[in-house]
Amino acid sequence: MAYILIFITAIFVNNIVLSQFLGICPFLGVSKKVETATGMGAAVAFVLTLATLVTYLLQKYVLEPCGLAYLQTIAFILVIAALVQMVEIILKKVSPSLYQALGVFLPLITTNCCILGVAILVASGTYDSAGMEPGLLSGVWFALCTALGFALALIVFAGIREQLSMMAVPKGLQGMSIALITAGLLAMAFMGFSGVNNGLTKVFGL
Amino acid sequence: MKKLESTWYNMVIVLTVICIVAGAALGFTNSKTETAIAQIKERQLTDGIKEVLGGGELTVEETDTIEATGAVVYRTDRGTAVQATDPKGFGGALTVLVGFDAEGHILGYRVMDSSETPGLGQKAQQWFQRDGKGNIIGKKAGSLSVRKDGGDVDAITASTITSRAFLRCVNNAYAAMSGSTDVQSGATRQIGGQSNE
Amino acid sequence: MNNLKVLLNGIVRENPTFVLLLGMCPTLGTTSSALNGMSMGLATTAVLLFSNLIISLLKSLIPDMVRIPSFIVVIASLVTILQMCIKAYAPSVDASLGLFIPLIVVNCIILGRAEAFAAKNTAVASAFDGLGMGIGFTIALTLLGAVREILGTGHVFSLSVFPDQYGALVFVLAPGAFIALGYLIAIVNKLKK
Repeated sequence: MAYILIFITAIFVNNIVLSQFLGICPFLGVSKKVETATGMGAAVAFVLTLATLVTYLLQKYVLEPCGLAYLQTIAFILVIAALVQMVEIILKKVSPSLYQALGVFLPLITTNCCILGVAILVASGTYDSAGMEPGLLSGVWFALCTALGFALALIVFAGIREQLSMMAVPKGLQGMSIALITAGLLAMAFMGFSGVNNGLTKVFGL
Repeated sequence: MKKLESTWYNMVIVLTVICIVAGAALGFTNSKTETAIAQIKERQLTDGIKEVLGGGELTVEETDTIEATGAVVYRTDRGTAVQATDPKGFGGALTVLVGFDAEGHILGYRVMDSSETPGLGQKAQQWFQRDGKGNIIGKKAGSLSVRKDGGDVDAITASTITSRAFLRCVNNAYAAMSGSTDVQSGATRQIGGQSNE
Repeated sequence: MNNLKVLLNGIVRENPTFVLLLGMCPTLGTTSSALNGMSMGLATTAVLLFSNLIISLLKSLIPDMVRIPSFIVVIASLVTILQMCIKAYAPSVDASLGLFIPLIVVNCIILGRAEAFAAKNTAVASAFDGLGMGIGFTIALTLLGAVREILGTGHVFSLSVFPDQYGALVFVLAPGAFIALGYLIAIVNKLKK
């Protein structure tokens, strides 16, 4: 049950983009078309889950036992950068079709702050784990759900922007300005979910 | 000066040197700031305890941790301060330090940590004080709730969720204080009863 | 004279927030009050200044193929040093900015300036560029924070503009961040013409 709660909380209630402000750059940058948004969402889901797994193990079995916890930021960002490179190389060899679909987004992911942000949250155990003891399994599940929330926000937003591009927008508001205001309205819609997690906690009896 | 060629040898050397220098710089800073960071954490807590018990010098006689809720009870010669956390604030957990006299009346409180939307945590720090609109100082803790839920505390304007979480912290703190002298299951039962209200 | 131009370029003509639209996460995430926005801006300025300076000093020693990883290591170390200093000497800033301090590493402004400016120019010019960009970023964040704080709570810094029960709390919350920035950018667009 707790896993269902994490799923709903991470996707809707505490959506990483619309309420936590992580991963805004790709959210605004690659959301002009639904197709590219889907590709980016999938690439982030893949890398985020993998990166969280690796950085959690790194933190628990290398950095903490050696008393090097202060190297967290630098170690994590290097791991993420290396991981992205590796995924790119492996995808190119193993599945060229998938590489064609995700390839162009991979280099952009290193500087996507939701990857580093979620990795730090999980490794330090300060994420919303629905009352469970923070650990590897719930952490990775949280990361996957967060990434799905990112993909959902991105795809919905891209859908709206596709419609928006056909509208007559006042001159000063054109471009990023109207996109931000739209994102604000979308965030307001997602605010409607706030409190749902508390209700579900009661329903599930956690 | 000419740029170094991208040969394997150069690349490995440069990256290694940069990493060693960076690591050394970080290690050095860490050793310089480590004690300062620890001291600040310590001082924030002792300052907090003094503040919620009405200021002035005091000595902490005993410290208890209630495992079920993570609440920490500090018994002093001038009353008891309890740090309690509620996970369901608006957007994250809320941690409050509450001071009680021997009968369980609230002497003072301080919001220690909130992953709440920043404006809201700061509001709670002022709202429930003696000169704030939702004054709880002097009230008996245990079953405080906001007016919307049938209680007698005014909730922060437009922030009922934060107010509820805050009062749950206060109630949990009271339960932890009154339960921590008994066996641990007693404290757990009391807290469970209140959060189901 | 030339350095002054570089400095002003970052503040006005290529303002990182309003014109280049870089570093949106901290821009939106930390501006729930003017003070928070300003602390974030100053923290980023410090990192920008030193990263530009160090990278332009090292530029001829770093082979092209390992350029990006080397830059990342330099930036991440600077950010970690800053994080430790903030924790030790300004704990309230640490409490209000939290996760966004380590995330300065992935702020695109910093890597972007290292790549676009510091890797090609002299150390002095790069330092001025970093300072200018940082000041531009700080001004933008403080402005956005002030707008959100006034609309949301009726006061800014500790100056009261109107009683706080008339504030629209939504501006302190997430949606208000997007909307306020959207309108600020529209105003800047208008002024540029």
